[in-house]
Amino acid sequence: MKLLRIIPDDTKFPFMSFRRVSFPFSALLSVVAVLCFFFVNMNFGIDFTGGTLIEMQAKNGKSDIAQVREAAHGLSVGEVEVQEFGEKGDVSIRFGLQPGATQQDREKAQQAAQERVRTTFEKDYDFRRVEVVGPRVSGELVQSGTLGVVLSIVGVLIYLWFRFEWEFAVGAVIATLHDLVLTIGFFAITQLEFNMTSIAAILTIVGYSLNDTVVVFDRIRELLRRYKKMPVEQLLDLAINTTLSRTIMTSVTTTLALLALVLFGGQVIASFSWAMIFGVVIGTYSSIFIAAPVLIYLGLKVGAESAIAAGHDAAPAAKTSAAKPRVRGPAERPAQ
Amino acid sequence: MKTFGVLLIAVLGILFALPSLLSLDTRKSIEQSIPGFLPRWIIPHQAIVLGLDLQGGSHVLLEVDTQSVLRGQVNTLRDDVRRLLREERIALAGGIGVQPRGVTVRVADQAERTRLLPRLRELAAPVGGLFGQTGSQNAVEINEQPDGLISLAVTDAGVNERVRKAIDQAIEVLRRRVDALGTTEPNIQRQGVDRILVQVPGLQDPRRLKEILGTTAQLEFRLVADPGAPPGDVEQLPSQEDGGASMPVEKRVLVQGEDLIDAQPGFDQRTGEPIVNFKFNIRGAQRFGQVTTENVGRPFAIVLDKKVISAPRILQPITGGQGQISGRFTVEAANNLAILLRAGALPAPLTIVEERTVGPGLGQDSIDAGKKASYVATVLVVGFMFVTYGLFGLFANIALAVHVILIFALMAMVGSTLTLPGIAGIVLTIGTAVDSNVLIYERIREEARAGRSMISALEAGFQRAFATIIDSNVTMFIAAAILFFLGSGPVKGFAVTLILGIVTTVVTAVTMTRMMIALWYRSAKPTKLPF
Repeated sequence: MKLLRIIPDDTKFPFMSFRRVSFPFSALLSVVAVLCFFFVNMNFGIDFTGGTLIEMQAKNGKSDIAQVREAAHGLSVGEVEVQEFGEKGDVSIRFGLQPGATQQDREKAQQAAQERVRTTFEKDYDFRRVEVVGPRVSGELVQSGTLGVVLSIVGVLIYLWFRFEWEFAVGAVIATLHDLVLTIGFFAITQLEFNMTSIAAILTIVGYSLNDTVVVFDRIRELLRRYKKMPVEQLLDLAINTTLSRTIMTSVTTTLALLALVLFGGQVIASFSWAMIFGVVIGTYSSIFIAAPVLIYLGLKVGAESAIAAGHDAAPAAKTSAAKPRVRGPAERPAQ
Repeated sequence: MKTFGVLLIAVLGILFALPSLLSLDTRKSIEQSIPGFLPRWIIPHQAIVLGLDLQGGSHVLLEVDTQSVLRGQVNTLRDDVRRLLREERIALAGGIGVQPRGVTVRVADQAERTRLLPRLRELAAPVGGLFGQTGSQNAVEINEQPDGLISLAVTDAGVNERVRKAIDQAIEVLRRRVDALGTTEPNIQRQGVDRILVQVPGLQDPRRLKEILGTTAQLEFRLVADPGAPPGDVEQLPSQEDGGASMPVEKRVLVQGEDLIDAQPGFDQRTGEPIVNFKFNIRGAQRFGQVTTENVGRPFAIVLDKKVISAPRILQPITGGQGQISGRFTVEAANNLAILLRAGALPAPLTIVEERTVGPGLGQDSIDAGKKASYVATVLVVGFMFVTYGLFGLFANIALAVHVILIFALMAMVGSTLTLPGIAGIVLTIGTAVDSNVLIYERIREEARAGRSMISALEAGFQRAFATIIDSNVTMFIAAAILFFLGSGPVKGFAVTLILGIVTTVVTAVTMTRMMIALWYRSAKPTKLPF
């Protein structure tokens, strides 16, 4: 049986030389993403803005969107967004926080507004989903979402610092921030709704991208131990080429799974799945074209002074502390 | 030995995952068939709990009104101070001043002050917390100024303590109320300091639930004020009877809702309109009997949450401890009021700060979509692994199947909830679980191409890839764990499946595959890799 091979054996792509293209390219994309974040309004969901989202389905299977829109505007709930989706007469109604003198009043006004929508439409429509997020809760969700992303990056930085040398930790975090910024830009440009599930997507992308990066870094560390005289660029190229097959294989299996989610998982998690697919692509790209070349700029050096007898056959896991490659920062680099 | 262990894990996984496929009745009968002398966990009967987004239901987050708790505390403080002043026979020139956070009294006479102060200190009881840091703080702070002004202020610790107690009490009350609705398996729990989360599965219309959660149900029996009553003892309350006009009612409460022992909806025998019949306990019956005897001919007000529901005239003394409330109720309103009165009043008003309701139809659609996506993802990934790695791909696929089964088994065992994002998490791990296999296989290929013998390439492949597998999974684990602690509801469900997926993948992809390859190597005696 002839088996499939996506990546041929013994590839010799000069990945490091691509950095002159990939760095400016990524920098440009990041700037665009940041600009989009600030100047194109993100489509924040009610998790973060507070407000009410109601999804209803016409009882006879056919919705009258114009009538719903008109009736919804007459309910005095502020600015209303009415959308049609699906094939069975689904309509979503979304509106923001309701005004009130005290916080209690605002929460109550929110409930009252929802009540008005219900009484108006319950004759012709089934209510499939009702979400009301008050001002207090939405503020907290913004907080915990941001905190989550920051904490995960810090946590991973500490772990990598502990397991590798500081250059690797910094390189991984730069690549991760790159992915994070681009993913947020992706949300801004596509206008996919950004809600708590999107935070879950972002954290998973962070995890996935790091996973990819760590695999490459593990190989770099191993090669550093084995080849004491190889130029740094050549060594990084070798590390990426030898792991390339795995990197692509895993991206493919993950994307296949995500594709199934996009196509069949339903509308609720479609935005999550699209973001994840984008994240897998960008995470794979960044671990090859950003994380590894950044190490050059951070002053990674091959062949430290004393050859540590980390035998090429030893299992790296068993000897982590003793077998750490001696990689030193620029400050302590001997004059050459 | 190791082989045995791995097989045992796989078999246990299947056993614990199995009940989730069975119907509720079958599971119940399995549970009942467990012999009494055996512990119940020994035979798996627990199914995975579906989240509200999958089975449909309402998630309501309520917050206690801290301001109103504080107001209540200040009122109690005022009453206490008034009582002490009376007991010590001290007459004040200026009365008791009520501030937002406490009360003030001006006692000009030195002797009276020295008599009063120790009594006031009795009110400043330390906050009785379980923990040392709260136990050292007083609930009330007393300040004495040289000009004789004494101020008593409720401290933050005092407010917090009261809020905590209010939440405890409110949870009990809400539980009784929600149980009376007759829904299955409601979940009511404290969240944070001042919130209560109520989750009720399978409601088509959450309006009745919200009404029942949001009503304080403070029932009071008071007298309607005479025109000549001193204005300080009277307050104007809106009346439900005369189109919302307000009505002068005495501030003094004759009997309170807490003296009720029963309340049932019924119909007035003369008019046929829905009413609520109630019964007092002995204390309430005595008080009510006494008051109605003394005030025959006067109207009294039945006040619910500061609103007069009805104000009937006392025709004759009511000494039997029974009565009825009429107030132009609908049948449902009378039903609700009866439930609320039976369950008791909330210690403080609660506001709904978050609500998420999913109809059962959407829940079922989500389950169907999730299933379909899982099947398609499995077929795609399994097919891809097979065409890439052949026999070894088959091994990876078997491990993958066990991996998914183990996720379900663990979820059923620890009783965690499966949500729609949770299903997405499982589908995602179908894609990432094979990563460990890919890492190992690619490494084996590499070692073989570097000239190693087959057995040594296999050995080295597993050994070298292992460190990488651990490193890369730990980073994923960190992100998932943080999501677990910060996320709520559905997102938490995603974190759970992600975490379980990471844990099981190490067991299945590394240990199981290794075992299968070892068995194959021993029996087939191959000379070259099959991929």
